[in-house]
Amino acid sequence: MRFDLARTLLWASVVAILAFLFVPVAIIMVYAFSASNIQGWPIQSFTLQWFARTFADDEVRSALWLSIEVAVVATALAMLMGLLAALAVYRIRGAASEAIAFAIVLPIALPGILTGMALNSYFVLWGINLSFTTIVIGHATFCTVIVYNNVIARLRRLPPSWAEASADLGAGPWRTFRLITLPMLSSALGAGALLAFALSFDEVIVTTFTAGAQTTLPLWIFGAIRLGQHLPEVNVVVCVVILLTIVPVLLAQRLMGRAALLHK
Amino acid sequence: MQQGNEQAPLIRLSGVRKVFGGTAAIESLDLAIAPGEFFTFLGPSGSGKTTTLRIIAGFEQPDSGRIELDGQDLSRLPPHRRDVNTVFQDYALFPHLTLLENVAYGLRAKKIPSQEALQRAEQALASVQLGDFGARRPGQLSGGQRQRVALARAIVNRPRVLLLDEPLGALDLKLRHQMQVELKALQQQTGITFIYVTHDQDEALTMSDRIAVFNHGRVEQVASPWTLYEQPQTAFVAGFVGITNIIEHHGARFALRPEKIRLLSPDARPEGQEAIPATVKAVSYLGMSTRFLLHCADGRTLTVVEQNIAHRAEAPRLTQGSAVLAAWSAEAPWPLAA
Repeated sequence: MRFDLARTLLWASVVAILAFLFVPVAIIMVYAFSASNIQGWPIQSFTLQWFARTFADDEVRSALWLSIEVAVVATALAMLMGLLAALAVYRIRGAASEAIAFAIVLPIALPGILTGMALNSYFVLWGINLSFTTIVIGHATFCTVIVYNNVIARLRRLPPSWAEASADLGAGPWRTFRLITLPMLSSALGAGALLAFALSFDEVIVTTFTAGAQTTLPLWIFGAIRLGQHLPEVNVVVCVVILLTIVPVLLAQRLMGRAALLHK
Repeated sequence: MQQGNEQAPLIRLSGVRKVFGGTAAIESLDLAIAPGEFFTFLGPSGSGKTTTLRIIAGFEQPDSGRIELDGQDLSRLPPHRRDVNTVFQDYALFPHLTLLENVAYGLRAKKIPSQEALQRAEQALASVQLGDFGARRPGQLSGGQRQRVALARAIVNRPRVLLLDEPLGALDLKLRHQMQVELKALQQQTGITFIYVTHDQDEALTMSDRIAVFNHGRVEQVASPWTLYEQPQTAFVAGFVGITNIIEHHGARFALRPEKIRLLSPDARPEGQEAIPATVKAVSYLGMSTRFLLHCADGRTLTVVEQNIAHRAEAPRLTQGSAVLAAWSAEAPWPLAA
C-alpha cells in the first residue's frame, strides 16, 4: 500500500488524543500496585498490600457504600422522572414542547457549582438538614436529564405505526404502553440508568454542597488528596471508581448498540 | 355484491372533511361501501386516500362529517374500540415479540383465553404458509413474509372491515402480482370487506369490485374497474387509470383509449369510422404490444397501442416517419364531464 500522509496524520492524532486522555489514568492505576508509599519512577516492586489495607479501612468502606446507595437511589428516581418527562414532552406539540424540553435539560448544562449552591441555599431556607436525602436530590437533578435524553431520543426514532398497530388490534392506551412502548424503550431506559449511575458515583461538586456530615467516595478522595494523606489508598480507590463507572458506561453502549440493530 | 347502493352500506362516510395546516387533505367526502366489497381508494400521493383510511381506522379525527360502521357512528370511538383492523404500509410488526405473539396480540387484547388465542394464531400463520415460523421474530423474515404476518395478524381478529394501506408497495413486481391474487382469494374466502389504498392502477383494476379515484382531497369517480376504464367521467380519471388520448370535438372533450385506434395505410377509406392522416413520430416495442406516437395532420398528437399478434418475427410494418391513417369507430371516444 502507498504511504498515505492524511491517513498517517489521522492515526497519529488519534493516538495522541487517546494518550492525552488515558495516560494519567493509567499511571494512577499502576501506582496502586506500587510497593512504595511515595509516588515516583521507576517503580521498584509491585504489591497488592494497598488493596488489602484500603478495603480494611472503615472510612473507605462506608464512603464506598454510601456512594453506591446514593447512586442507586438517585438512578431509580431519575429513571422514573426521566421516563415520565420524556413521555410528556413527546406528546406535547408546538412551542411549549421546546421550552419544556429546554428547561428539562438545563440542569446538565448549568455549572455544577450553580446547582449545588442553589440547592444548598434552598435546603437552608426551608431548614432541611443536609443528609443522605439531600445528596440524592442533588444527584437526581442531572441523572434525570441523562435518562430523559436517552428515552426521548428513542421515542423520536420509534415509528408511530407500532403504537397505532397496537391500538388497531384492540389494546387500550395502558396496554399499549405496557406491552409495546415500554419494551421498545427499555434498552434506552437501561442505558440511561447506567450512565446516570456512573455520573452520580463520581460526582464531587454538587455533593460538596448537598452533603452534611456524609462522605461519599469522591469526597473522601478529594479530602485525602488535599491533606496529602493515604495517597496509596487513594490510588486503589481511584481504580475502584474507574471500574465502577466504566463498566456501566460500556454496558450502556452495548445496550444502545444492540437496540439500534433491533430497531432497524 | 358488486354494487354498493342496493343494500345498506357497511361503511358510510358523509361530509367528512380534514384540514392539515390550512390546506384541506379531504374536502367533504361522501362514500358508501357495501358489506363484502373489495373497495379501493386509488390516487396519486397526497390525494387524501391514506388520510381517509386513517380516519376510518380512528388514527385521525375528521374536522367535520360522520363515519358509520353498520349504522353505528364511529366518530367518537378511539381506534381500539372500532371493529376494523389495519395492514400497515410498513407492516408495523412488533420487533420484540415472536410471530405467534404478534398474531395473537389482538385476540389477547380482546380477552380471549391465551390457549385459544395461541391456537387461532397458529392457524392464521399456517394459512399464510408461515406455520413453522411462529417462534421467530420479525427481524428474521423477508419482506414478503412480513407482509403475510401483518395480514395474518389483522385477519385473525375477523374484523368487520380490513383496511390495507399500500400493503404491497415494498415488494418486488413478481411477488406483488402473486400477492394480488392471494389477497383477492382471501377476501372472497373470508367475506370480509376490504378497503384497499394504492396508487397503482393495475393493482386497483386487478382486485377491486369498485374503485374510488381520489384527486386533491376529492373523489372524482366511484365505479367498477370496467366503468372507470371505459367510461371515465373526468380527464383526471381517464389519465390516471390507463393511458388515454383526450380529443376535442365541437368544444366537448372525449377520452379515446390508445388500443381503440387502428393504424391503416394512408390510402385506405374505412367506412363508418372517424379517420385522420398522421405521421409516426416514435415507436416503442413493449413485447406484448407496440406503442406509437402519431403526429396528426391537424397538429394533434395521438398515442396508439397495437397488440403484437403476428406469429412470426417480421420486419416492423411501421417505422418512424411512416405515413398512416389513424381510424376509430364513432362510439370509441367517451365524453368527459366539462
